[in-house]
Amino acid sequence: MLQAFAVQVSAERAAGPSGEQTTAEIPAVELHNVSRKFGPVSAVAGISLSIRRGEFFSLLGPSGCGKTTLLRLVAGLDLPDAGTVSINGLEATHTPAHQRPVNTVFQSYALFPHLNVRENIAFGLRMKRMARKQIEERVGSIMETVRISELAGRRISQLSGGQKQRVALARAIVNEPQVLLLDEPLGALDLKLRKELQVELHALQRRLGITFIYVTHDQEEALAMSDRIGVMHAGRMAQLGAAEEVYERPRTRFAAQFIGACNLLRGTVRHCSERDFMVRTELGEVRVELGQSARPLQLGQSCTLAIRPEKVRVLAFTERREVNSFPVRVSGFVYTGSETQYRLETPGGLLNAWVMNARSGPPVFQIGDRATVQLPWDALVLLDD
Amino acid sequence: MTSQSQIHRGEAITRGRLSIRAAASLGPGFIWLILFFLIPLGIIAAMSFLSRGEDGTVDRPLTLENYRRLAGFGLLGFDPLYPIILFRSFVLGSGTAMLCLTAGLPLAFFIAKLSKPFKQLALTLVVIPFWTNLLIRTYAWQMLLGPGSWITQLAVWLRVIGPDEALYPGTFAVYLCMVCDFLPFMVLPLYASVEKLDWSMAEAAMDLGANRFQVFRHGVLPQIQPGVIAGLILVFLPATGQFVIPDLLGGAKTAMLGNAIQQQFGPGLDWPFGSAVALVSLAVALAGLWLFTRKTADQNLEIV
Amino acid sequence: MVSTHSRWLYGVAALLYAFLYAPIAVVIVFSFNTSRHGLGWQGFTWQWYRALLDNSQALEAAKNTLALAICSTLIATAIGTAAGFGLSRYEIPGRRFFSRLLYLPVFVPDIVMAVSLLLFFSIIRQWLGLFQLGLTTMIFAHVTFQIPFVAIVVRSRLAGLDPALEEAAHDLGANAWQTFWRVTFPLMLPGVMAGGMLAFTLSLDDFVVSFFTSGPGSTTLPILIYASVKRGLTPDIHALSTLIVLVSLLATLTVALLQRRGRA
Repeated sequence: MLQAFAVQVSAERAAGPSGEQTTAEIPAVELHNVSRKFGPVSAVAGISLSIRRGEFFSLLGPSGCGKTTLLRLVAGLDLPDAGTVSINGLEATHTPAHQRPVNTVFQSYALFPHLNVRENIAFGLRMKRMARKQIEERVGSIMETVRISELAGRRISQLSGGQKQRVALARAIVNEPQVLLLDEPLGALDLKLRKELQVELHALQRRLGITFIYVTHDQEEALAMSDRIGVMHAGRMAQLGAAEEVYERPRTRFAAQFIGACNLLRGTVRHCSERDFMVRTELGEVRVELGQSARPLQLGQSCTLAIRPEKVRVLAFTERREVNSFPVRVSGFVYTGSETQYRLETPGGLLNAWVMNARSGPPVFQIGDRATVQLPWDALVLLDD
Repeated sequence: MTSQSQIHRGEAITRGRLSIRAAASLGPGFIWLILFFLIPLGIIAAMSFLSRGEDGTVDRPLTLENYRRLAGFGLLGFDPLYPIILFRSFVLGSGTAMLCLTAGLPLAFFIAKLSKPFKQLALTLVVIPFWTNLLIRTYAWQMLLGPGSWITQLAVWLRVIGPDEALYPGTFAVYLCMVCDFLPFMVLPLYASVEKLDWSMAEAAMDLGANRFQVFRHGVLPQIQPGVIAGLILVFLPATGQFVIPDLLGGAKTAMLGNAIQQQFGPGLDWPFGSAVALVSLAVALAGLWLFTRKTADQNLEIV
Repeated sequence: MVSTHSRWLYGVAALLYAFLYAPIAVVIVFSFNTSRHGLGWQGFTWQWYRALLDNSQALEAAKNTLALAICSTLIATAIGTAAGFGLSRYEIPGRRFFSRLLYLPVFVPDIVMAVSLLLFFSIIRQWLGLFQLGLTTMIFAHVTFQIPFVAIVVRSRLAGLDPALEEAAHDLGANAWQTFWRVTFPLMLPGVMAGGMLAFTLSLDDFVVSFFTSGPGSTTLPILIYASVKRGLTPDIHALSTLIVLVSLLATLTVALLQRRGRA
């Protein structure tokens, strides 16, 4: 099996761009029903997942959700208790880490302190017994790519956090892996540097065309960079989809609340048509677009609706009741510069509404003011649970 | 590639091979220590229940005679020689430990308050004598305290001793040398604790109107307790087992357990009795260790 | 208050340093003193160092000491490194027991270890005719008290390493052999060297264990010094001691440097 794997990899490399068409449909990484337990705790509980070639895929979730464990299973640094891991269409569940066409950028960077920057980057190529001259060339060019050429002779202890991050990245991608695994690579850096490197990482991934699997607990980071996001919760995939899909149409309460802020409304289904349905909530009757939620709804069924605070419209108070409009009272607000975040008191509890400060001047509403909120019917999402 | 395989630090390996590696790495040390450490200790323990034969040979009859003699019940009636030696060893060991603590505390605070490069230098200066042969440092005190030395002259001038007396040999010389030899053992763990000290506790105590002693007692001492305990162990254990220092600087009046053991294994040629004394020394050391709690035991070793 | 406080502390510290270095200083000073017996300073001389060169006993003892220290250190470093390595990573049954066994010799009084080995060697000698007292028995004895120190230093060095380092090596395509020799071993080397130097110095310094396990013709420097002190000191012993102090000083500084480099 191993030999077959090696043949496949070298054949692919030899084939180059022309071979891409035939392998394009084969997923870069495919997990089938993968589980991993640590004692009584299920870190990963039966996850199946297919990651396309050249995709920037993020695993997003709070700490302890199993995202790092999943990454380690792909890297070969851990074994699943059940299920299979395939890389490039070949079963690799038991392939040792050093034989996988996969490289990792570790959270702690794990740079070798006894080697300098150049030697660190050359490590993988030397293990492959590549010719010295070729190693020099590739290390040199990769250092230019990540802009650390001037650090070549430095010791690891002399590097800043951002520089270490770049060296760790260079050390991994110099091996031209099929898949690059990144375990919270920006977690230890300050906000400004993190933003800078996010842009760079994203551009780099586009340029190299390497499949990235990116583990993070920072939803903004995941949204900014990823083609697709897998939201993990307690060892399971809470939601999987394109970045905007995961944000705009959260499927579960966990996904809705972990990614961004979200208002939740509980209610019961009152009426259902082909285009929309009505839900009775404590706020009143709410009309919701049926949209992608193709699930058959039953009258009287209880359900939860979600709406993002920036989608809630806050209007001057009127007695006139239009569809999805409700009277509220401003109980507090936070002025953040670009927007004003209102806390609104409703009969059904607090509602958050974030209003862009498109015009200059003080916030339109003050504490205690009455107002009308409008919940656009296409911004409301019906959750699965 | 079976259910037996696992990942050990990034490497895929079977449980069997992992066990082989564990045995290969731990085995030699394990066998060595069993053979040359545990078995010899077992032999000492067994020997202590045998009796002395003619001309220093060892005889079969199992007996508690050696321990009776240690407890003071000799063949010729009560003889307090060995109980006194035991007591003296304990007093000398704990006395040295307390003196070292008294001297070590200011030194540890002094080093901890220095700026970084000086701190390293000051610590190295404490470590250097520690690595200098103990025998050399011990015999040097013979000269320092001998008749005619400056220290002796000073003592005579201060009327501490008479004009024809010397500070060596004697109990004073033994204590002085013990403290000098073992002070580094005390300073190193003390310093490690003082370095981590949170001064806000002491300041809080000061704000609450505590006097200096109270500040030390309640704001500082609880925090450096691990270092104090580690230091006491590191001084007490080797001090009670000492035989070179009392041998070179003391007289019959300063003989300790170590000297008694040497006596029996050397000129005395009573190996069973010597074994009993050795076993008691071991017991005293381990009891001391046990008394000072096991919690800090691993910590000291980092310092040595 | 702070300034008087620290002035007091400086004074006490200076006195304590003087106290620590007084014996060493007096030996060094007297090794250059022309006077043979008296304690007064009578002029500078190298004559005791020259006398030392003619002292065949001292040269023999120096040779023995070095041979003993080198042999025992090599053996103890090999065994102790393996044990420290094994203890830091393998979870096997009996690990706790072994860990305790490894620490115990550190706490056992020298003299107890010395006489127990003396007894052990004499019993084996009676049964098997092995272990005639001499350099061989001394090497066995020294290795026994050196192993724990090497193992402890190596173990604590390994405990401070990020486990991701070895994972990273495997991830970058290194097999087990390559990972050990290119990553693990270079990283534990400062610990091995420091442990080895520690063992070496302990062997050079040891008097008690050597004293009981030595035989005729295997006198070491500490034994020689002890015998001279008992017989009555001659100034060339001061010269000898000064040289030993110098060697210890160099060894101590080497260990300190190694440990600092290891930490960086």
